[in-house]
Amino acid sequence: MSTLVLVEHNNHTLHPSTRNVLAAALELGSKPTLLVAGHQCKTVAEQAALLEGVHAVWCVDNPCYTHQLAEQLGDLVCSVADSFNVILAPASTYGKNIAPRIAALLDVAQVSDVTKIIDENTFEHPIYAGNAIETVRVLDAKKVMTVRPTAFNPVTGNQSPCSIECMSQEFLSPNSQFLRHELSQSERPELGSAKIVVSGGRGLQNAEKFKLVEELADCLGAAVGASRAAVDAGFVPNDYQVGQTGKVVAPTLYIAIGISGAVQHLAGMKDSKVIVAINKDEDAPIFQIANYGLVGDLFELVPQLIEQLKNR
Amino acid sequence: MKILVAVKRVIDPYVKIRVKPDNSGVETQNIKMAMNPFDEIAVEEALRLREKNWATEVVVVSIGDDSSQETLRHALALGADRAILVRSTQTLESLNIAKILKKIAQEEQPKLILMGKQAIDGDNNQTPQMLAALLGWPQATFASSVTANNTDLEVTREIDGGLETIKVQLPAIVSTDLRLNEPRYASLPNIMKAKRKPLEVRELDSLALPLKQHIEILSVKAPAVRSGGVKVDSVAALLDKLQHEAKVL
Repeated sequence: MSTLVLVEHNNHTLHPSTRNVLAAALELGSKPTLLVAGHQCKTVAEQAALLEGVHAVWCVDNPCYTHQLAEQLGDLVCSVADSFNVILAPASTYGKNIAPRIAALLDVAQVSDVTKIIDENTFEHPIYAGNAIETVRVLDAKKVMTVRPTAFNPVTGNQSPCSIECMSQEFLSPNSQFLRHELSQSERPELGSAKIVVSGGRGLQNAEKFKLVEELADCLGAAVGASRAAVDAGFVPNDYQVGQTGKVVAPTLYIAIGISGAVQHLAGMKDSKVIVAINKDEDAPIFQIANYGLVGDLFELVPQLIEQLKNR
Repeated sequence: MKILVAVKRVIDPYVKIRVKPDNSGVETQNIKMAMNPFDEIAVEEALRLREKNWATEVVVVSIGDDSSQETLRHALALGADRAILVRSTQTLESLNIAKILKKIAQEEQPKLILMGKQAIDGDNNQTPQMLAALLGWPQATFASSVTANNTDLEVTREIDGGLETIKVQLPAIVSTDLRLNEPRYASLPNIMKAKRKPLEVRELDSLALPLKQHIEILSVKAPAVRSGGVKVDSVAALLDKLQHEAKVL
């Protein structure tokens, strides 16, 4: 059995989720090949070749893949798909954009957000915002799946680099064109892979007061998240959103501040190891899943928390 | 220009779902159903494009049993011009839904297909991308802003690190994210008017599509229950617990 892992990257650095998807590939008991498609992405291929367990790296360096549009990547992956039984991508916006397109081109099903591998044909994944777990058997010989990164422990070891094969397939798609990026700049750890996440909700009242959440996060070296209410109210940008329609996180410690705990939000964080809730409404649903709850005014409690953390 | 919008009937997003005791699925009997929220946003976007005179007709399509007519009537009450129901009592997987929609798209020849980015029941986030692949059209997924020109669309997409703007040539497929717009409500007169708008019912079998099963659902279980913990009475007590009991600080 052979597996192709699509590597998410920005042409310079491998995205950390690659290590989690690689773990899933190794669990399938296969020899994984990592596909790095991009432009001037040689450093990414070199990083990929060092990951423990990687069998080979295929590097396709061509200007047509600079922004990794689904149309080109779909055609590229299909052109090499004959060599693989399984094609894996992270269940990020990158993987979700591409994997279904590949599956349809290959006329096979795609399983989204795999959280558990039972055997080579049987997988678990959450449905209904994580309120049910569906076990599916894939009947197609070739499997295309997106893997939920937080459900697999990342491969952390390194190996002496495996071979990097450079390829030059070019797929032009005149119907789709990249125009621009507006990326959020942050010094904090990435939300999807942070050990500690501090999230704020509607209870923060406005963007100015939301800074309290950021200040607490900085004391803890944590990433900052938000509920949809906080995003819609304009306190923070969209990509901070944790939940069914935002990011799924599973940090060691998740601190929910001024978040009631709607099912859509819980879908994105309920696999966190320890959950702390700070909310003035003692009946808020978030307390039903929080390991530690603190009932009270967040504008009093959070500054105290920051103060005491600084004094430790 | 014609816009096709695909809509799905799902359990209302505010309903707490229950897994069936035999693990065969989720209870849907006597449960409140609604149009998938992402699809409502797709309908709204189509209506706005018609109001800007970019589109001339908005056609909504759904695949499901007769109860999906209600979802289509809702779209008509919001302002869609006509509706198509592809009637099927089976539960269909994303790839087969994409194949059915491809057939409808080939007949209707829309310039734009709008769909929700995911249905909140299966959470798959697949059908728009699959349909784009089958039609050989460009795709703009997770759209939070759409600017329609004569022959192309500029679409801002929500990606993990922020936003990305791409340009796709028509015909194209756009899947909607939550922030694309705020859907309108149907007024009572419009609900009444919608009853007279055309709703064509087609049998899935009449489309003569070779559909096969790719996935078998073995079971649907409730997730592991996370039990509530304790409430602490002070910040100091919380820090103490985090440090010494949970050992996460």
